[in-house]
Amino acid sequence: MMIWTIDLPPFMPFYLAALLSVFLRGWLRAIVMLAVPVLGGLQLTGLEIGEYNIFALMGFEFSPFRVDRLSILFGYLFHIAAFIGILYSLHVRDTVQQVAALLYAGSALGAVFAGDLITLFVFWEMLAVSSVFLILARNTEAARRASIRYLVFQVLSGVLLLGGALLYFGSTGTLAFNYIGLDSPAGYFILAAFGIKSAFPFVHNWLTDAYPEATPTGTVFLSAFTTKVAVYALARGFPGVEVLVYIGAAMTCFPIFFAVIENNLRRVLAYSMINQIGFMVVGIGIGTELALNGAVAHAFNDVIFKGLLMMSMGAVLHMTGRINGSDLGSLYKSMPWTTAFCMVGAASISAFPLFSGFVSKSMVMSAVLQEDLGLIWLMMLFASAGVFHHAGIKIPYFAFFGHDPGYRPGEAPVNMVLAMGIGAVLCLFIGCYPVFLYDLLPFAVDYTAYDITHVLAQLQILFFSAAAFAWLQLSGIYPPELHSTNLDVDWLYRRFAPNCIKRLGVVVKRYDDAFRNLFISRFNRTLYFLEQQNGSHGVLASGWPIGSMVLWVAILLATCLLLFFI
Amino acid sequence: MVNMKKSEKKHIFDNPRNVSWVIRGLFIGCALLVIADLFVHRHVSHSLEELFGFYAFYGFFACVVLVLIAKEMRKFLMRDENYYDDLDD
Repeated sequence: MMIWTIDLPPFMPFYLAALLSVFLRGWLRAIVMLAVPVLGGLQLTGLEIGEYNIFALMGFEFSPFRVDRLSILFGYLFHIAAFIGILYSLHVRDTVQQVAALLYAGSALGAVFAGDLITLFVFWEMLAVSSVFLILARNTEAARRASIRYLVFQVLSGVLLLGGALLYFGSTGTLAFNYIGLDSPAGYFILAAFGIKSAFPFVHNWLTDAYPEATPTGTVFLSAFTTKVAVYALARGFPGVEVLVYIGAAMTCFPIFFAVIENNLRRVLAYSMINQIGFMVVGIGIGTELALNGAVAHAFNDVIFKGLLMMSMGAVLHMTGRINGSDLGSLYKSMPWTTAFCMVGAASISAFPLFSGFVSKSMVMSAVLQEDLGLIWLMMLFASAGVFHHAGIKIPYFAFFGHDPGYRPGEAPVNMVLAMGIGAVLCLFIGCYPVFLYDLLPFAVDYTAYDITHVLAQLQILFFSAAAFAWLQLSGIYPPELHSTNLDVDWLYRRFAPNCIKRLGVVVKRYDDAFRNLFISRFNRTLYFLEQQNGSHGVLASGWPIGSMVLWVAILLATCLLLFFI
Repeated sequence: MVNMKKSEKKHIFDNPRNVSWVIRGLFIGCALLVIADLFVHRHVSHSLEELFGFYAFYGFFACVVLVLIAKEMRKFLMRDENYYDDLDD
């Protein structure tokens, strides 16, 4: 640990541990993997605000380690998420997955501490390349296909970021990653890059497509890093950009409809993730101190409670081999700890008072009301009720309660339970003691979540949403969980485009065939004509008697003689 | 890993009375929260918030609308589970 100095960029220990993990086995590897986030997190507590290790290369100035209140908040968050994820996956005996997870966590840290756009780009791509192995490791045909689609979107995002960064350098003469805004074309490129990674509407399906196909442990890592790096990048580059308010509001609303009819419970959580990112994006778009604080605080809480929910569903998948709501139910009988922790996560994501979601989501909601955005506020209120409906009730209900298909798998492995326990304790701790989180936020916080107005309003929404669920279930109106595929935007590139190409192929082939046939028949006719003329039986090739030859020569000579005398 | 046990101990929600207690508790909670609206003076920032029981009504209404629309969406969005699998024939 001699090289572990204070200015060592936080991604380095993770990358080194990834390298070590290739060679280590068993408990030695486990110790290294668990120690890295702990020591790295401790290192952050001693850091001063500033930029470290700045160096120049080919005329560009690179700043791989920029520490300010925003980046260090995400730094802490990713160390916590990495620790929980590593503990959760400790039973996995798959070097590829464990190395990929360490590289992935390290890349997320590299990205949030990047002080310039090129460093950001490098880690942006490393996030994509390292995380794809967590999907591939599932080793199914569906996972392989989803991982390719995932990679296409991630790399597209990277290409847009690189293009935007170069344009940005061209127009401003600097690569420093600060406020970018939409004043130049570069801004649009970079926003598009960030937008893909934060699952903006129409480019959101890589998330709902790939995350549920990853391994039970892989999805826990995936849900923590990629989208939250993008939220961080938006918060730094585009605070107060108005269009984000509308994009964010759309993101809070549309996924909940899909979540209600989705059967794969991890895909339900993937849709719910877009919904939660929507709240953050709205906060960033508003851009006031309260809104930005709310956005990043919600990102912080979301990583933990969404991670907790993903872990509980991962445990269900690990123990039963099933993840569809239609196949599951009544697992509280054999997985009581997982059930309890899942319900803590469900209460947190639904923003129940005393749970973490409440103390951050209410900040964003208050900021929306302060800006007099009535319609946006109603949309977000709708989404708040909806998220409770599908993530707060549906997930626990269909997995752990409801009908009983008879599975009694037993409790999840102890490392999984411990990891979920840590997540649950954090959700409750932040919910009950929000000052801990508020003190870490970028701006000074002058906000109290726990006043009677907020608490009563939130409780009314939640209780009546629950009442609606109960009523719809009892009256049989609630749509049953069905084995199905629901079409989303991904239909365009998974079905529509391939079909178009196929049809286009048919049409092209038809014209191509007709043209070829025409050409060949013309060619053959020409050949036939030439054959007629010049072939062995052709006019010019037929035998002529010598007599007629002589006759023709005589005629020729006679003509010449005649002409001579004229 | 998965085993079926036919004769096992009764769990808490195997008894329908416990289930109905939970539901009854939920509805009682709802009623109390709406009644609380009469006594609690809340500081409002949006005119809709002044309506009696606005959040309660909106929460209920939102969920019912959400489910009804989602149910309708199934009619044109739902396909067979293996819908995307048979592409490369």
